[in-house]
Amino acid sequence: MNAVADATPRLHPKARLTRDDVRGRDVLLYPEGLVTLNATGVEILRLCDGNRSLADIVTTLEDRYGTTGLTADVGAFLEGLAAKGLVTYGP
Amino acid sequence: MDPKPLWLLAELTYKCPLQCPYCSNPLDFAGGRFKRELSTAEWCRVFREAKALGVLQLGLSGGEPTLRPDLDELIRTAHEVGLYTSLITSAYRLTKERLAALKAAGLDHVQISIQGADQEMSDQVAGTASYRDKIAAYQYTKELGFPLTVNVVLHRRNLHQVEALIRLAESLGAERIELANTQFYGWALHNRDALMPTKAQLDEAWQVVQRERARLGTRLEIVWVLPDYHEQYPKPCMGGWARAYMTVTPAGEVWPCHAAGRITTLKFENVRDRPLEWIWEHSDAFTRFRGDAWMPEPCRSCPRKTQDFGGCRCQAFLVAGDAAVTDPVCSLSPHRPLIDAAVAEVERAAAAGGGQERDEWTYRAAPASRALAGKG
Repeated sequence: MNAVADATPRLHPKARLTRDDVRGRDVLLYPEGLVTLNATGVEILRLCDGNRSLADIVTTLEDRYGTTGLTADVGAFLEGLAAKGLVTYGP
Repeated sequence: MDPKPLWLLAELTYKCPLQCPYCSNPLDFAGGRFKRELSTAEWCRVFREAKALGVLQLGLSGGEPTLRPDLDELIRTAHEVGLYTSLITSAYRLTKERLAALKAAGLDHVQISIQGADQEMSDQVAGTASYRDKIAAYQYTKELGFPLTVNVVLHRRNLHQVEALIRLAESLGAERIELANTQFYGWALHNRDALMPTKAQLDEAWQVVQRERARLGTRLEIVWVLPDYHEQYPKPCMGGWARAYMTVTPAGEVWPCHAAGRITTLKFENVRDRPLEWIWEHSDAFTRFRGDAWMPEPCRSCPRKTQDFGGCRCQAFLVAGDAAVTDPVCSLSPHRPLIDAAVAEVERAAAAGGGQERDEWTYRAAPASRALAGKG
């Protein structure tokens, strides 16, 4: 699946974002596995509420960091999780 | 950094309405060692200690975990402390109302076993009429919005059904199907002659799995647990001894895997006597084979030792009689002829046309357990 700018990504219900205190990291838990996230990854996922479009999310992050050109990185990150079925795109 | 556990398998009870002849529970599950089950409060303490120790994934298993009337409360606590919870169940007499209550308590994921692709096979292998309950429960699971895993143990009698099993999981809307070739411990080792498939059966099933993986892509994850007797090298059992995984048995003993309790040369501790962290860090059972200092040759100088960790300690104990030797499955092990002989015997019998006596197995049940307990 190739995300388009107006698609609204959301975390799949089977995935749960959790703090792994013992190892000092954030993780996304799912059946029989986990993905380690960096701080940016967590920020992106917090914005994936099913209401914001991919374009909205990118704009929010670009404003937050005073930068531009994040579309490809954010898109690639979400595509990686979508390939594992952890992120889905709504209309 | 010292390893910390990621996974906890909580075996809540060894009572089970099913009687599968490859059950991974100990042969002596009905004996005194497992009789005094942990209380609700004790399990809840185990879950808190496990989370503090680094555990993130909790499997609620058995026996049949839904036989615990306090399952809702256990799930609620596990969820509150931040564990991802998977229920591993036979689904016998599991109602939609019960599943809904477990969901409300915070259950994340449901794994339901099936013993064959149709009612006749499934009920015959389970030894208990349970197929209809399972099919109903698969549907409830999806209706309630759980991610679903279909668990299947494969052996000589049902291996030809792999395609039908995958199609069943697909039609049920499952996320995953675990096709676990029988690993020979406990009841499965006792019933090895009746369960072990031929090489031709395995090859055919593997072809089906590859074809179906290509067809299904990410729609259905097909997990294929290797039949290690037919491999050249051992499996990286549990990702290495005491590196990521622990099992707590119904009466509170803590094992590095769900088969380790059979190793009579290890001393196991109990959560009633010690904190989980102490058991993980210091107990004989967890420290004996952690790392690679314990390894004999051919493992010690083998470049594969960081991949397979010397294979499985339980298999070394059960087949070679010593938990501290190379897994006898390894083609470099001096004990490999013991594995080859077992495999060759199955091929010889198949070539001779099988025979009903060979195919008979002992169902997992309390009377059989008591009868077998004395025999080790």
